[in-house]
Amino acid sequence: MNEAEIKERVAAFLGEHDPGGDRLEFLRARFDAGLAWVWFPEGLGGLGAPRELQQVVERELAHTPQINGGLQGIGLGMAAPTILAFGTEEQKRRFLRPLWTGEEIWCQLFSEPGAGSDLATLATRAVRDGDEWVIDGQKVWTSGAHHSRWAILVTRTDPDVPKHRGMTYFVCDMHAPGVEVRPLRQITGEAEFNEVFLTGVRLPDDLRLGEVGDGWRVAQTTLMNERVAIGGAPARRGGGMVASVVEAWREHPELRSHDLHQRLLSLWVEAEVTRLSGARLREQLAAGQPGPEGSGMKLSFARLNQALTGFDVEFRRDLGYDDWTFRRSENVDFYGRGPGYRYLRAKGNSIEGGTSEILRNIIAERVLGLPSEPRVDKDVPWKDLPR
Amino acid sequence: MTLLYSDVEEELRAAVRGLLADRCPPAAVLKRVESEPYDLDLWKTLAGEIGVAGLLIPEELGGAGASASEAAVVLEELGRAVAPVPFLTSAVLATYALLPTRDTLLGELAEGRRMAALAVSFAASPYRPELGASLSVDGEGRISGEVTGVAGADVADVLLAPVNGDLYAVEVPTAGGIAVEVVPSLDLTRPVATVTLDRASARRLGACDLAEVLRAGAALLASEQLGVAEWCLGTTLAHVKERHQFARPIGSFQALKHRLADLWLDVVRARAAARSAAADPSAVSVAVAQSWNAGVAVHAAEEAVQLHGGIGMTWEHPVHLFLKRAKAGEIALGTPGDHREALASLVDVRGPE
Repeated sequence: MNEAEIKERVAAFLGEHDPGGDRLEFLRARFDAGLAWVWFPEGLGGLGAPRELQQVVERELAHTPQINGGLQGIGLGMAAPTILAFGTEEQKRRFLRPLWTGEEIWCQLFSEPGAGSDLATLATRAVRDGDEWVIDGQKVWTSGAHHSRWAILVTRTDPDVPKHRGMTYFVCDMHAPGVEVRPLRQITGEAEFNEVFLTGVRLPDDLRLGEVGDGWRVAQTTLMNERVAIGGAPARRGGGMVASVVEAWREHPELRSHDLHQRLLSLWVEAEVTRLSGARLREQLAAGQPGPEGSGMKLSFARLNQALTGFDVEFRRDLGYDDWTFRRSENVDFYGRGPGYRYLRAKGNSIEGGTSEILRNIIAERVLGLPSEPRVDKDVPWKDLPR
Repeated sequence: MTLLYSDVEEELRAAVRGLLADRCPPAAVLKRVESEPYDLDLWKTLAGEIGVAGLLIPEELGGAGASASEAAVVLEELGRAVAPVPFLTSAVLATYALLPTRDTLLGELAEGRRMAALAVSFAASPYRPELGASLSVDGEGRISGEVTGVAGADVADVLLAPVNGDLYAVEVPTAGGIAVEVVPSLDLTRPVATVTLDRASARRLGACDLAEVLRAGAALLASEQLGVAEWCLGTTLAHVKERHQFARPIGSFQALKHRLADLWLDVVRARAAARSAAADPSAVSVAVAQSWNAGVAVHAAEEAVQLHGGIGMTWEHPVHLFLKRAKAGEIALGTPGDHREALASLVDVRGPE
């Protein structure tokens, strides 16, 4: 399928469906027409078309009702590719449509108090009971758990084998009895994320994703997609976070100093080469030659966002803060909030979705081919690991 | 505009890389730098067989009519080998100065029969093109004065002297009143010379926008710097995988892995910046590429020296050639700071009033 054919499809779709009508009906129809994510298979919101054609669809439908990329972020960026890769036909049909339209919001039950960077050591147990599984454990840093219908969940099903082998991946029903969500207040004052306590939660076996014991491999698919999703680059020179800093700089000549000026120019250059790198990566993907550069984008953006937001607070000599109220936020609103919020929230950029330290290990080992550190836990049954 | 490499560029790269692997390994460069740094036999092959000397020259003037992106790929490879050949000085800088004049000299340069050098300090920049030069022309069209830090002058058959917005050709062996004195140079593989002209006879070729010539050269220097950085990263990776201490490869220690991952990320971005400046040599793209890539090359070379330990400090190991090339290249055609300062007005991020 090529660009002209996709445009024809979109035109035909718009001929039959009024974007000015009911928003949800329109989105459902868009999914059914295969124009949700064109690289997905037919019948599942896609057309089996090359991924780069998606941008054509987005351009053509820019004036129509849109999905909520922030609120639906985990569903779209992480759950969907995993369900597509490992789900049964029935699971794909059940979950993907309301996931894409936003009728059902998703969250991610991965990290635990004792399993962060070392996710594979996680302890939440899933024990089989006939056609069901009984889940007990605690998850943490769960963004959006409070308005989620479903979660992607990794559990320990076999404590007697080494940690990477004894895990199983599920879709968790967030409305099931025994699921308790408690907000965790962040350094910004608000609560994007939560602790989730799972106590005797019963999940039917048909909510399992992938084979029993294959949970680590399934989780890898999710995590690789998370890093790509988090590392998205601005398309325009001077766009993104640097734009908001430069705007303040231009508005306040009275606050400028030589030292700040030198630093801002350095950051501007770093933002620009990072943007060019992202543009080059997109070209590589479109040409069907994905490079290892992708693994670096999140690392670059975390550093840049933190440096730029820190610079912004310092430049403005802003001793205030817009709002410390403890409230549940719908999604991350960098630009709608003050510089202090941006500074504090950006601190999470080098922790969420794989810390910058773990990402450097991944680059060093998978891209540069450097040997891993000696591992003492690799062949030890999970239950015998020192804790 | 694309930031990727075309198939033609990859073929050109393979040809240059193959030749350099055969004729210009680091050990060979090291061996000659103290006696006769330039390898003119290698240059003859590069120019004559692969045709790199005429890449930027239009076909009707005897060249290959290629784009800056192709010349950039050649520079990546030459940087990766710190190849002591006058590509940047003759086939890029001097050629860019000559192009508007359409002089027949271009055809001779394209064939590799002659070499030219711009009689301009290598430390001059698009923002300070006259730096280090004091040339003047008298009523009879003879040129006098001195230029310091000229790269490629010692192997040039003809010097191109920009004076008051005009470009003059000075034939080195025949004109008389010319002294080209190579000075001990930080960069052993691209030494610089002081050029002194005393009423040297010259031929006026036409107008010369020196700042634009230096900018076009700076755009491509970013690719040479990328090549230098890539060699340093690759060689260091090979070393830390091989070298054992504490009964394990030192490359398995996170302290080194994280440094190398960061360096790789800098090099990835240097590639994007180099490609961007080659494809679009606008003032902003060039300033961005130079302020990033010059520093990345230096940083990569410094990391290479450090992570090689004691051997990195020896004359015997070639890494110092790359450090010297990188550090001299940082000054060439404007320092990173010069280019960042230029961005202040180019992208309207102005300093205190």
